[in-house]
Amino acid sequence: MVYETVIGLEVHAQLLTNTKIFCSCSAKFGQTENSQVCPICLGMPGVLPVLNKKVVEFSIKTGLALNCKIQPVMHFDRKNYFYPDLPKGYQISQFDFPLAKAGVIELRSGKKIGITRVHMEEDAGKLVHPEALENAEFSLVDLNRAGVPLMEIVSEPDMRSPAEAKEYLELLRNTLRYIEVCDGNMEEGSFRCDANVSIREYGSTVLGTKVELKNMNSFRNVELALEYEIERQKKVLSEGGRINQETRLWNVDKCITISMRSKEESHDYRYFPEPDLVPFTPAMDWIKEISMTLPELPLIREKRFVSQYNIPLNDAQTFINEKELADYFEECVKLCNQPRVVSNWILNELLAKLKEKNISIKECPIKPVNFKEMIELMDKGVISGKIAKTVFGEMFQSSSSSASAIVERMGLTQIVNTDEIGAIVDSVIAQQAEVVTSYKNGKEKALGFLVGEVMKISKGKANPKIVNELLLKKLKGI
Amino acid sequence: MNIHSLSVKELNNKLNKKEISCKEIVESFLSRIEKVEPKVKAFLYTNGDRARKKAEEVDKKISSGAKLKPLEGIPIAIKDNMCTEGMPTTCASKILSDFKPPYSADVINRIEATGMIIIGKTNMDEFAMGSSTENSAYGATRNPWDPERAPGGSSGGSAAAVAADEAPLALGSDTGGSIRQPASFCGVVGLKPTYGRVSRYGLIAFASSLDQIGPITREVYDSALLFQAIAGHDPKDSTSAGLSVPEITDFLKKDIKGLRLGIPREYFNPEMDSEVKNKISEAIKKLTDLGAVVKEISLPHTEYAVSVYYIIATAEASANLARYDGVRYGSRANKAENLFQMYSLTRGEGFGTEVKRRIMLGTYALSAGYYDAYYLKAQKVRTLIKNDFDEAFKACDAIITPTAPTPAFKLGEKSTNPLEMYLSDIFTISVNLAGIPGISIPCGFSKGNLPIGLQILGRPFDEGTILQIAYNFEQATGYHLRKTNI
Repeated sequence: MVYETVIGLEVHAQLLTNTKIFCSCSAKFGQTENSQVCPICLGMPGVLPVLNKKVVEFSIKTGLALNCKIQPVMHFDRKNYFYPDLPKGYQISQFDFPLAKAGVIELRSGKKIGITRVHMEEDAGKLVHPEALENAEFSLVDLNRAGVPLMEIVSEPDMRSPAEAKEYLELLRNTLRYIEVCDGNMEEGSFRCDANVSIREYGSTVLGTKVELKNMNSFRNVELALEYEIERQKKVLSEGGRINQETRLWNVDKCITISMRSKEESHDYRYFPEPDLVPFTPAMDWIKEISMTLPELPLIREKRFVSQYNIPLNDAQTFINEKELADYFEECVKLCNQPRVVSNWILNELLAKLKEKNISIKECPIKPVNFKEMIELMDKGVISGKIAKTVFGEMFQSSSSSASAIVERMGLTQIVNTDEIGAIVDSVIAQQAEVVTSYKNGKEKALGFLVGEVMKISKGKANPKIVNELLLKKLKGI
Repeated sequence: MNIHSLSVKELNNKLNKKEISCKEIVESFLSRIEKVEPKVKAFLYTNGDRARKKAEEVDKKISSGAKLKPLEGIPIAIKDNMCTEGMPTTCASKILSDFKPPYSADVINRIEATGMIIIGKTNMDEFAMGSSTENSAYGATRNPWDPERAPGGSSGGSAAAVAADEAPLALGSDTGGSIRQPASFCGVVGLKPTYGRVSRYGLIAFASSLDQIGPITREVYDSALLFQAIAGHDPKDSTSAGLSVPEITDFLKKDIKGLRLGIPREYFNPEMDSEVKNKISEAIKKLTDLGAVVKEISLPHTEYAVSVYYIIATAEASANLARYDGVRYGSRANKAENLFQMYSLTRGEGFGTEVKRRIMLGTYALSAGYYDAYYLKAQKVRTLIKNDFDEAFKACDAIITPTAPTPAFKLGEKSTNPLEMYLSDIFTISVNLAGIPGISIPCGFSKGNLPIGLQILGRPFDEGTILQIAYNFEQATGYHLRKTNI
């Protein structure tokens, strides 16, 4: 039987607000345990939540970026369950009146993936377990994260392959980063993904029994977990079995999914409207104001890069995947108007250097204006491409220096004087009599060696074109 | 002269005239507490040392020549479900037996800013769930009029303390009648303000959409002053109203000639207690004599109020009380071998019977498959009840009813029958569902010398008018002057 895969994704994205969603505690990541807490986020008796306006603003911004309809009335609900990292014994979330509905993300193929809803909620804290959990006498609770604002973004079951799911996730993450509401860091947990996956006979319009996958902390793992799970389901069905509706965890070490709980064991969250917060209608003017702050979104920018700068799609994608890198590229191009040259330098030289030093493009020591000057020096013939690499490396080391200053300081100006180059050529010919002879005997490769020798003596400064011309001319004359 | 028997107005006068010191006032109430507490058991905690210190500050202020505002230096008792920083706050529950909050409720900050002196924390039904103060984990409070009887509840400690002159002022909280019914049983004045009028920040939640803090006092005038001190918008409470509060004492200067008073026929049925019925009838006549115009009105959905209340209140409570899990504060069972046991033993040992009953009721009402039939339906009927009042207030300026169906009942009389206990709030519950203000004032005594309460209900945010009616009635009758024999 031919099966079709059906995937829907639920993403939890931590919002980049300074403070928590219902109190004024800092929402900063990675601080000393329980140092960013107050009576409100500790769930002390008698406290009340007050909604952080920035959270609503960021969520509306997200809704707009995902082409959603911002809902006229939103309210919060209580989601009830007991866990030691959940101070109030309920999570304040949105159930039947989410902030935004009915959006869409378009994949590169043009296929549209529906966004069911975007809603706001608070994060829980986390448990810290002693290493040998089986014999542990206690677990510790860190509530720094309790009350950090989250958005839940739920897609329609519109994806048909793990690759589509991965592309959707990358586009979604890029979008959130572009609009500066989430840093999209999967490893630190500020961008988390659960997947609902089922398979059905190809051509069927009925959905198969879905399995929820959790615990995938990278794009790669999402793809691997989905691939594994689809194969597992196919095997079960082809052996005449039935898929259980359940939640399964991705085990990254074993590369398999493991059943966590069945549908029967799932919680009854007993949602009901949060009486401590009043229903809320965002003003149309406010929504309009927020929409004015939306930047060019990643996929649109990617298409523009290809058409406007005439660079390959792959390169454009590399830039788009990191907004700051795309910004850097555009800034350099704006200054020197040579997109392909800039693109090649960034992709071939700069990225490797950044990786080597383990810094991000934001910390890049080479300012676009210096980058531009270096390209200008090449264009004017002041330095060769080879020397440019030296200059580039030097600029990367000493962030303050301009390209021309480095060229001057290191004496890297290209030699274009034919007499000067001619003298070096003559001396090389004289010194390398053997090589010259083999060249004359038809070994054309020997020319390269001779060029190399000239360059070596000139410390790379001789104009390679002139070197070539003079060598050929002089060798002919021998 | 018994300082503790003086009215708030007299205390303020004597302070300003330097006839007595604030220290003397505080000492007088502390010794009164010491004397009657064995019989009344109104307090869970007395704040003697800090109260004396505060009194010294007030006395310094007086001796420096400053004139005190009406409530400055006046002792006040606080129901033990309002957070007081560094002072025990137990909600009369075992689960919070050692709990000292790290912050103070908004009302406490206002009380302190006004210069009142917290004299202690009062007993209550555990988590404000009850109508007799018998559901306290620390023993029942007695009614100062008859120690064999209940003071009402859940603010029974505050009402009894005021009735027994242990404090001239107190704060209570009212979710379904918890200020007004004990005020009625104890012969004092209890005001439940409009929902949203007084900040709930720091009030330990029972039912969030119904809870409201209000004054319990010996006189209407004091109620007006205390209300003025605690009312007003609080940005820490999203349900707090952004309205300014008018000068309430201005209302007390007005008579009630021409005010239209509605008498809801659903509140008067043939089975009602004849003494209560007679006293309410006399009160209505008195109000007519004072110039008010009385007319019969209808609140047709009254009969559903108790049912609606016990779904909404318990549903909210089931979530509000989930935080008492033994993880961060409060008591924790120490015999647990795993997480589930930690929860079940902690909550099993920490909560009393009535609290457990209500958590179970509320959990059930919110459960998958029952939500629509119970919670959602109850919310719809709640809207109908609110609409009844909106409609009624088109034809009248205030509504007059009894506060409770009977005078104070005997301790233990209803504690084995929860449903009968729930029905003692039958006249007060609709008010919380509708969110409107209500006040209970004494309107006479039974043959057994037990107080009977008159309830006056007003339009949302119109506490002024009901205080105006209450004040005119009180001044014309003087029931508030009768003292207990405790």
